[in-house]
Amino acid sequence: MLAERKIRLQYGLESSFQGSAAFPITHQIYPSYGSMTVSTPSWLASNDQIADAKQALDKHTYESVQWHFHDSTGSPFWLEQKASLKFDPLKDVKGFDDLKKFPEFEDECLRGGPIERWIPKGLLGKPTYVFETGGTTGIPKSRMVIDDFRIDYENFSETLPDHYFPKGANWLMLGPSGPRRLRLAIEHLCQFRGGICFCIDLDPRWVVKLIKKGWMEHLEEYKKHCIDQAITILTANHNIKCMFTTPKLLESLASGLAEKGTSIQEVGITGIFSGGTEFTPQWTRFCVEELLGGPAEESGVYMTPTYGNTLMGLACSRPVTIDDGYTIAYYAPQPRAVVEVVDFDDHTKIVGHGETGRVKLYTMTKEFFVPGFLERDEGERELPFDKYPWDGVSGVRPYRGFASTTTVGVY
Amino acid sequence: MLTINPIRWGKQYKSLEFQDVFHFDTGESIARIGQVNGGMVQMDMRKADNARKGLRSVPTQELIERCKKAAYMFEHETLPVGDGLQTVDDFIHQQSASTGLPEHMCRNNMQKNCFVLSNIDKILDALTRGLDLEIFARGYGEENRNVTVSFQCQTPVLGAVLPNNSPGVHTLWLPAVPLQVGLVLKPGSQEPWTPYRMISAYIEAGIPAEAFCLYPGGHDVGSTILGKCSRSMIFGSAHTVEQYSGNPRVQAHGPGFSKILIGDDVVDQWEDYLDLMVESVLSNSGRSCINCSGIWASRHTKEIGEALASRMGGIEILPPSNPKAALAAFTNAQMAKGTWAMVQQDLAEAGVVDMTASYGERLVERERCAYLKPVVVTADSPQRAVAMKEYMFPFVSVVKCEQKNMIKSIGSTLVGTALTADDEWIDELTNATHIDRLNIGAMPTNRLNWLQPHEGNLIDFLFRSRAVQIVPMRVAQAV
Repeated sequence: MLAERKIRLQYGLESSFQGSAAFPITHQIYPSYGSMTVSTPSWLASNDQIADAKQALDKHTYESVQWHFHDSTGSPFWLEQKASLKFDPLKDVKGFDDLKKFPEFEDECLRGGPIERWIPKGLLGKPTYVFETGGTTGIPKSRMVIDDFRIDYENFSETLPDHYFPKGANWLMLGPSGPRRLRLAIEHLCQFRGGICFCIDLDPRWVVKLIKKGWMEHLEEYKKHCIDQAITILTANHNIKCMFTTPKLLESLASGLAEKGTSIQEVGITGIFSGGTEFTPQWTRFCVEELLGGPAEESGVYMTPTYGNTLMGLACSRPVTIDDGYTIAYYAPQPRAVVEVVDFDDHTKIVGHGETGRVKLYTMTKEFFVPGFLERDEGERELPFDKYPWDGVSGVRPYRGFASTTTVGVY
Repeated sequence: MLTINPIRWGKQYKSLEFQDVFHFDTGESIARIGQVNGGMVQMDMRKADNARKGLRSVPTQELIERCKKAAYMFEHETLPVGDGLQTVDDFIHQQSASTGLPEHMCRNNMQKNCFVLSNIDKILDALTRGLDLEIFARGYGEENRNVTVSFQCQTPVLGAVLPNNSPGVHTLWLPAVPLQVGLVLKPGSQEPWTPYRMISAYIEAGIPAEAFCLYPGGHDVGSTILGKCSRSMIFGSAHTVEQYSGNPRVQAHGPGFSKILIGDDVVDQWEDYLDLMVESVLSNSGRSCINCSGIWASRHTKEIGEALASRMGGIEILPPSNPKAALAAFTNAQMAKGTWAMVQQDLAEAGVVDMTASYGERLVERERCAYLKPVVVTADSPQRAVAMKEYMFPFVSVVKCEQKNMIKSIGSTLVGTALTADDEWIDELTNATHIDRLNIGAMPTNRLNWLQPHEGNLIDFLFRSRAVQIVPMRVAQAV
């Protein structure tokens, strides 16, 4: 399951309703709702910031291509591919835009072995991991990793506000582990920040099977089994202040705690990093207002949504606020990875800001090279953000061509 | 455009997510419905006790009077729905536009719902077999033979996952309110109209608003309602019914497979009952579980099939506003095509004859919707697969079967109309546990006597009969 983030949003929302005698509105009416910002917001990156980022990206692209296509450092997979290309990547790729010369990357080639064909010669002999996605039935897609997950999450660590994710605090990782990257990555993130990570596992392959079999009682029991373990750990005096979990598990955890007369706030959690499945503005609002006790400055609990996958790494979101209509806009960790929003028919053409298109990913690390992969998602192209002065994507949801056939948000 | 918000214990919740409701023929968006998620339902259910407390604060007789007032308002008044006001005509147009039902059928369904609510005292009297309603309000009391009886309420709220296509089913949950049980409803995505209008009428009539939740949303909302409410009902397919079979917390309503069984004593006079058969098959465009999908007889099946085809085969598609329109549109054209493919599969079996074949194409595709014109088939044996089929349009199989084999062959039957005066057979029919409602004599399957329970008694579902013994206690006076 490379496209783990399947997000459904609705658009064109505005607020003018004042309620009626029969149904008074008691919830706050927010000034605006929407999933895309097209005016000139205060957070917009400056032209200089954008130009610097582009220059860094071009430089990084050139160096990555030199590494992956040089006979002495490249992986067997890409060196073999080089022979079939109609251009010489070592000479003809000088900047990011030259990556368009490559054919689109087909993730099907990640199924099956040998896994060693993905290891760049320049990294041979280093301790190597394999992480998998999908795999409920058939052969899963595999990605070889050496240090990328650590680098990705160390970079991500820089984006976390220390006030809510205190250095030295312990963490709870409540989500899928097994062959996935997530457990090791979260544990590293926690250790990198000086804490110890408690882990509760959930096997998404079994969850998908339960759903397909219609064993909903088993599904509920399995979810309860996971949540019971999490509550036990959270109430065992381990100084856990931060956690990773998926939206659905966060919902279940909050509900489980509420049934015991307590809450996420009361058990001492102050920072939540969430991702893995669908994330909508409405769900985020529900989470902030009703599961966490209000905006971070009031409740003391901060939640940050993320978007990512094993191919790309982790994209951070712009801070999610009421004023921004709980818009969730993601920015790739450039220059190691890039997100584009491209035309549905012409995948080399980027759509205008605010326009809808297919999400296209690029990955350029020492370990892994993906020169343009069409994700199973679509969304709107977002303006560069001052912290991340490059394009982002908002309103991420299953690509309309696949949406009806994809099992989404299962855990 | 009308915006309809979820209702959480009587208060509107302004969601950030919406689903549009479209006109089946023009494609015009007629309303947008705010959506909730299952987690929200789960959190809300922690406060379900307040719904019953609110209702118990109003005496039962007063609740009944307010229900009657709500019935009047539902049928005659302009009511607040979503961010607008809805007249009766608005309601009829909107419901017809999103469900594909002709407007006069929407009006009939509205009147049916209204009838139940206006006669709620008589209906409760019938459901409780004449017990004093205070016994249900207090949990125990004395029956008129001087015996203490107790009916313990099993849930503060009744959950219901409502269907898209059949505005008539709402009569099933309406009586919960005067029984002081709150309502947690997931409206069908194409038929939010009845539950919203009815809840609006209840509140305008003075029923405590905190007794009501309306949760439009996805599948997770439905499964959370079923999981978190101690008693709930769901409307779905035969598979849905099977899935919840034996679950005492869930009352599942699915296809009816309602039938007309013609006894050997009257089968030679079958023509006398042709009107009854046509009404049973055709009313409400064949969409209801109480529509007849099988007519069983030992002889004359070919003649019966021909006569029914001649009455229904030529029915034309008319605009929904036409009072003579008899056919509803499939708002999802793919569903009509899929249904027609299944019918064709049925027709391919030897021994099955399509009596409407000579009346023109049955599947009529439009730009955004489709229609299926009535289909009458004959089957030479109960063994033919078509004998056990029910579809969402006027469809009936006339099945040849010996009377002595009929009861054991018909399978599950929601409404069985037995055309017979044969006492021995009537006795066997009365004892047949797979027939839910039994009509003995010339009664169309679609005509229900509301003073008799339909698909399970709501009292039995919401309350548990148990023993309570009361011995007066002497309490020492405080010094």
